This record gives sequence, C-alpha cells and structure tokens, in this order.
Amino acid sequence: MAVSDYLRVVTATPAKPALAERLRRIWETPAGIGGWISTVDHKQIGIRYIITAFAFLIAGGVEALIFRLQLAGPNLHLLTPEQYDQLFTMHGMTMIFLYAGPVLSGFSNYLWPLLLGARDMALPRLNALSYWIYLCAGIFLYLAFAFGFGPNDGWFNYVPVAARAYDGGPNIDFYSLGMILLGLSTTVGSINFVVTFLRLRAPGMSINRVPILAWGTLTASAANIFAIPAVSLAFFLLWMDRNAGTHFFDVATGGQPLLWQHLFWMFGHPWVYAIVLPAMGMVSDGLPVFCRRPLVGYTPVALATVATMVLGFGVWVHHMFATGLPSVSLSFFSAASIIIALPSAVGVFAWIATIWAGKPVFTTAFMFFASFIVLFTIGGVSGYMTGAVPVDWQLTDTYFVVAHIHYVLIGINVFPVVGATYFWFPKFTGRMMDERLGRWNFWTMFLGFNLGFFPMHISGLLGMPRRVYTFADGMGWDWLNLITTLGSFVFAIGVLLFVINILVSHRRGRIAGNNPWDAPTLEWSTSSPPPAYNFVVIPTVASRHPLWEDRLEDNDRQQRSEVNRGLALDQGRESLGTTALDAELDVILKMPKDSYTPVILALTLTTILTGLVLHLWWLAIVGALATGIDIIAWLWPDATLGETAEPARG
Amino acid sequence: MVALTWGVLLVSIAVTIAIAVLLAVGLWHRPGIKPSAPGAALEVQRTQGGLRWVWIGVAVSSLILLGSVAWTMQVLARVTSPATQPALTIEVTGRQWWWQIRYLSADPSRSFTTANEIHIPAGVPVLFRLVGGDVIHSFWVPALFGKTDVIPGQTNETWLQARAPGVYQGQCTEYCGLQHARMGFLLIADTPAAFQDWWAHQLQSPAQAMSPEVNVGRSSFNVHCGSCHAVRGTDAAGVLGPDLSHLMTHRTLAAGMLANDAANLTHWISDPQALKPGSMMPKPDITAAELAEIHSYVDTLN
Repeated sequence: MAVSDYLRVVTATPAKPALAERLRRIWETPAGIGGWISTVDHKQIGIRYIITAFAFLIAGGVEALIFRLQLAGPNLHLLTPEQYDQLFTMHGMTMIFLYAGPVLSGFSNYLWPLLLGARDMALPRLNALSYWIYLCAGIFLYLAFAFGFGPNDGWFNYVPVAARAYDGGPNIDFYSLGMILLGLSTTVGSINFVVTFLRLRAPGMSINRVPILAWGTLTASAANIFAIPAVSLAFFLLWMDRNAGTHFFDVATGGQPLLWQHLFWMFGHPWVYAIVLPAMGMVSDGLPVFCRRPLVGYTPVALATVATMVLGFGVWVHHMFATGLPSVSLSFFSAASIIIALPSAVGVFAWIATIWAGKPVFTTAFMFFASFIVLFTIGGVSGYMTGAVPVDWQLTDTYFVVAHIHYVLIGINVFPVVGATYFWFPKFTGRMMDERLGRWNFWTMFLGFNLGFFPMHISGLLGMPRRVYTFADGMGWDWLNLITTLGSFVFAIGVLLFVINILVSHRRGRIAGNNPWDAPTLEWSTSSPPPAYNFVVIPTVASRHPLWEDRLEDNDRQQRSEVNRGLALDQGRESLGTTALDAELDVILKMPKDSYTPVILALTLTTILTGLVLHLWWLAIVGALATGIDIIAWLWPDATLGETAEPARG
Repeated sequence: MVALTWGVLLVSIAVTIAIAVLLAVGLWHRPGIKPSAPGAALEVQRTQGGLRWVWIGVAVSSLILLGSVAWTMQVLARVTSPATQPALTIEVTGRQWWWQIRYLSADPSRSFTTANEIHIPAGVPVLFRLVGGDVIHSFWVPALFGKTDVIPGQTNETWLQARAPGVYQGQCTEYCGLQHARMGFLLIADTPAAFQDWWAHQLQSPAQAMSPEVNVGRSSFNVHCGSCHAVRGTDAAGVLGPDLSHLMTHRTLAAGMLANDAANLTHWISDPQALKPGSMMPKPDITAAELAEIHSYVDTLN
C-alpha cells in the first residue's frame, strides 16, 4: 500500500477505546514464558537491560568492597595477590562494560520511541538480540570468575603480562572471547539507535527538537560503531597469539606490546565518552523539568555533545604518556586532552544557567542531577590536570587517576542514572519512588562517594601507585586508605537504599498518573506505564516541549504539537518513517512481531565462543552452523513485513 | 615542572569552587517550588538571556584552557632533555618483580651489575636507559619525577637529577603481575666523591679468607643460589635473579619490601613464597644448618 492509502485511514482520538484495544491486541506480547523469551517490545527489553545492569553494578560493587577491606590498611593479608588481581579486574570490567554502557542502552531503549513519538525502535529483533548477547556475554565472563579463571590482568589487559607466557591459564581467553561477544551486542544496539534516530521520529520532530538524551545516545552509538572494531580486533589478535601460534604482540618474533595499547585505547577512550554522554543527555532533559523552564542553550549543548565525541577520538594517547612516545606526538594529544574540556564546559554552564534562570523543585531526582554538576567538574578538572603531559608523568598510574575515573564514572554516569531512575520510574511502573527514602539515598551516596574517593586525589599526589594488592606502612597513605574504605561502605549503603526504594516503591509507591512531574516531552503524554503500542495515534510535534506549549509565552505561533489527533496505523505492527532532518512524513514502516530468532542467535554465537575457549573445535563448528541456520530463518522474507515481491498493481 | 603542577592544581581548585558557588547561588537565590502531589501543574516560564552567560563561561574557560596548553607545551619542551649533558648513564631493566641495574663504562672492567638499589651523584643530571625485559614495568622515583615505562622490545630513556644527597624511594608503576605491589627500589644520591667511592667498592670481590662455616656457606650458596644469583668474582654467576655482590650494603631486601636485617634475611632465604607469594624465588630445599651457613656467607657480602 502506498502512503496515500494510509492517509485515508481514519485519524482517531484516544477517547475511542476500540482503537486502543485493536492496537493492544496487535502489539502486546502474550503472557507466559514463550512471550517473555521472544518479545521484541523495546520497553521490556529496556527494563531487562536496566535490571541486568544494576545486578552487575552490585556485583562490581561487592568486588570493590572486598578489596577495599584488603586495602584498609598497610600489609594486610585478607586476600592473596591472585585473588586481588581477579577482583580488581572483574570490578573494572564489570563496571565499565557490563554496567555503564548497558544501563544507558536500557534507558535509551525504553525511552527513545516514547521520546521520539514512535511505536518501537527501528529494528526490534536486533534490539532483542543486543540484550540477549549482552546477557550471554556477562554470564560467560562471570562463569569464568566463578570457576576461578576470572580475568586477572586488569580491565585494560596489557601485553605481555596478558600473553600466554605470563598468564598461562584460560583467564585471558575467557576475557578475550567474552569481550568479542559483548562487542557484537553493543554494535548491533548502536546501529539500531542510529537508524531509529534518522528514521522513526514523529512528524515535525526536526533534529533541533529532539531531546538531548537522543543526541547523547546517537553520538555514543555512532562512535561505538567505529570504536568497537578496534578492541574486538585487539582481543582477537591476543586470542590468536595465545591459542593459534601467531606473534602479533610477541617481542621475540617482532611483535609490539604497544600495538595492544593503541588498539585498546583507540576504542577505550571513545568508550568512556559513550558511557557518559547519554547520561549527560538525561540530565539535560530531566533537570529543566525541575527548573520549570526549557534548557538554556539547547543547540550549543547538542553540538557540544557531538563535539566531545569527535574530539574523544583524538586523545587516546593520553593513556600512554609514559610509554616513551616522541614529544611531538605527546604534545598533540596533550593539547587535545586539555581542549576537550571546552564542550564539557558548554554543558556545565548551560545546566547552571538553567537552574539560575529557573525555579528549582527539590525532588530527589533534581538533587542527583544538580549534584552531578559538581562531581562532573571535579572529575573534569582532574582530567584536565592529567592532560598536561609533565603533570601526568607524576600522576599517571597513581591513585590520582583512580580518583579521576571514579569522579567521572560515578559522577557522570551513576548519579545521573540514579536521578533518571527517580525521574522515569513513575513512567515505567506507574508508581512514584519514595521521596523521604530518596533523601536518605541521596545524602548517603553523595557523602559516602566523596568520603571514599576524594582522599584518593591526595594519596595519588603522595605517590601511591594503583593496582596494588597492598602497600607498605610509613608512606603516609594509611589514614587515607582507611577513610576511603569507610567511605566506600557508606556509599554502598546508599546504593542499598536505592535498591530498597525501587523494590518498595514498585509495590507501594503512590500512583503516578500520566505526567507526575508536569513535564514537557512526549513520553509524559502516555499512560504510566505506557501501553504496548506507546501512542494510540502518532503525535505531531511542533517544538522541543510539546506539553508546555500552552504555557510558554513566546510560543504564539500557529503550529502546536498534537498528541490527540494523528495517524492510527492500526493495519498491523506499524510505525511512521520520516525524513532525517525535518521529520516530514515519508513511509509506513512494517515492524516485525515477537520472534525466537534473536535469543537463539545469541545462544549459537555463545556456543561458538564456548567451543573456542575450551578448545572444543567441534562445538564451535556446531555453533557456527546453527548460527547460519538461525540467520537464514531470521532473514527469510516475510510477507507481513513487505519483504516479498508483490504482484504489480494498476 | 613543579610550577606547572601547582598551576593546574590551583586552577582546578579555583574552577571547582567557582562552579560550586555558581551552582549554590543558582539553587538558592530564589525560593524554589515545593514538590507537590504527582500530576499537579506547576508554573512554567522562560526568561530570555540565559545563553549569554553560557558564552561568557565558555570564553573564560577557553582562555584558561588555551593558556594551559601553551604553558604545558613550554614545560614539556624544557623537561624532555636535561639542561646539561648527563654525567652518567645507568641501564635499568624491569624484571618480575625486581630491578636490574647496570653501570656501564667505556672501560669494561669498570662496568658492573647490581639490583634494587641505585646510587647517583647528587646535583647533576643522570640518564637512565630503560631496557625492556619480560613484561611492561614503569620506573618512577616520585620525589624526582621522570616516570617512564620499561617496555619489552624497546629502550626508553629518562633523566633524573637529585638536588641534594639523600635516599629516595622508587617503585614500579605499571601493573606487571602478582607482585607489582612489591617491586620497589631505592635511589641514593651521594656527594660526587662518595659516589666515586661507592663505584670503586662495587667492583671489588668478596674477601677470600673466611671462617670454615662461611666457606661451607659459600659452596652451599653457589649450589643452591648460584644458578639464579651472581656474586662478582666468585663461581656464582646466575643472571635470573638480582646480583648479590654487595647485598649487605643494601638497606632493603626483596625489591624494597623488607628491611635488610638478620631476621628478615633468614626468613627471606628460607621461605620467600611466604613473604612474597608468586615471586620467582622458590623455597630452597635446604636444612636449617645449611640455611645458617648460607646466611653467614651472605653476611660477608659487603
């Protein structure tokens, strides 16, 4: 059918229950285990991502608490060096790969179609695949740890210490193949976000009306598509060196240890921006709601998001300042590493200006968003300091860098994520989180975090190296480490309060209604939680804040956003495709139904890698064949998706 | 170098305080709105002019950042090489988990190897050639700067200068395996005269005429320890472990981990794995008597 056929379909208001019921039957995943496994509903996938990521956050946190006990004082013997090495490696790997990226994918997955006025993500089965691969990769890596073979050379896994000659067990093989598997998840997820951004926005949502969260995730996704191949290659070359007799990193036969570092950090640095830019976007969207005004400087903030990511590809050598590279090279990367603070400054000033020019509403979500600005600044300035090469030569590989990375990761990822949870939990579940418990949650986390991590700046300046299982007494580090350990436990209590608040509020929170915060964007026009089809009719958008248009004095133009009238698109699972820049009507998109092919593909891919890591080559071949069969089944032309040839029509 | 560090630190502190103050004023310069029941409509308004402050903030930040870049480039150019030609070159190799130090001379009979304790003349720059060994380590004396990685397959260079004589702690600063935490070293800056005396002393072999117990100890040492350790001028010529020629002049054992006293030395020889698990020195298969004899010999290695 052509677009014109659909324009003759009746436009409807949500007051008509028949349309809603029709859409519900088309879109809702049936109850039961089959539906649960095969669903492609972005909201269910998003929730799964978030819950799984929070589970890994807790696992990574417990790992840290254990080794903080070992480091509470000098010369302690709670852990052996091998135990410490696995714990600190698992901690870093879990937090950076299994929590920080996926939690933002989860929020973005849930929210994007609702923010953009669509019924689903562009590629629903790929969406499900990205989650299932993530889960399989996480289990793969944690099974290694459970059996005593956890990765143990740091999350950064430098060679030669990670080569077979120096780490003979399967630990690093599990790490290498697990990361390749996880990279597939992130890559397909990123592709999905990019296509969705360009194709599925509601009519009228030109790119200058898109929520900043969408800009953040889009930027991160585009970057990931370029960056992940570098690290997947690095791990693949390492696996080959360790198992197939190659010599990419083997010095004796002409290999280069620094090759690993370049490939790893060419990915690693863009990755750390990918795990904060969507979170910054969440603050840019959430903070203005609690300042009762639109964000100051939308365009500079959106452009700064992209600029940060682009510059982020040009700084990776700042992880390698002490490796003996020529000064010319160091100068370039040092300058870039200092200048990259500039687009971040745009954001910081925009948020402060929004607060200053607005009227704050001190909800728990707002407190997390507002405090993030200070934590961001502290993390940013410690990064600025280490960006200066001669200063970095004193600070690199000391606890100063540990302080920096935790201020940026906890400050710019965890705090916004917790704030985002308080903000969007009502939309996800229909209930408010408890504000009184939220205050306790906030203060425990804020004070515990600063108590734990601020002293690390000082222990680093006093010369304490990082990645050490113990330290000597008499160095002046004893008190600092004890305070850090205490602070980390206080912070953990804060996280516990957060989890308790989620569990309690889910059962007994106040009913939220559609728009508990009186917020401006499209997701707040639906019920809480939204129906499976998101919108009864596809909305039309005329500004960045559709639900506030009536009340903003300067918005006296004729065009208004319309959420109550629009295309019904009820001839099956359908969403609207619009043009990339101006979101003009373009095409009706046929969306796939629930399917088992994604979860099966995740399992067959995991089977291949399990065969490789255990040297069971037959298993790898079986997995590869099963993968081929599943992909064929997935791609088999489906008439309901318009993939078969239609007879010519007059 | 020190000035730059202080400079960026003070800028950082000032920026943090400034942002915190701006945030605090922004939060409290006007009464806020009390959160009310879910769904209640709250006022919404948009005043103009906020963007100007963003540009002012960005402009100020740009000046600070560009100034920092310029200053950094200047300091980097200056510290890459020392002001005067280094008086001396010392070759350092990082090994799991100790430091091999070689003093080279144009006259080969004046070259020697030692471990974990470095002496330099104070007041002059000294060049260090960092020769990669097994895995990546990093050579750092916190009080004297110069942190540089020791990478297999390449030779890096750094230079240090101690303004005054003294004892400076050093440590490995790149994760290198199980005992990365216990891979320290001492760097001792001597007056130039004392340094020359020290060098001359390093070239000497241990005394030959010894008590019977020490002689037995020497043979025992050569058998049980000589395949890894070397003592200059004796039959012990192992290169897998630290050179022990003048061990008793060292202040520490096990790469800076233990004070070099009788109890620690006995304990270290008899069971290194108990003190530094995973280290490359195995527990020797010796009787208590042999241990005492070896210890009495090692005691003479001054």
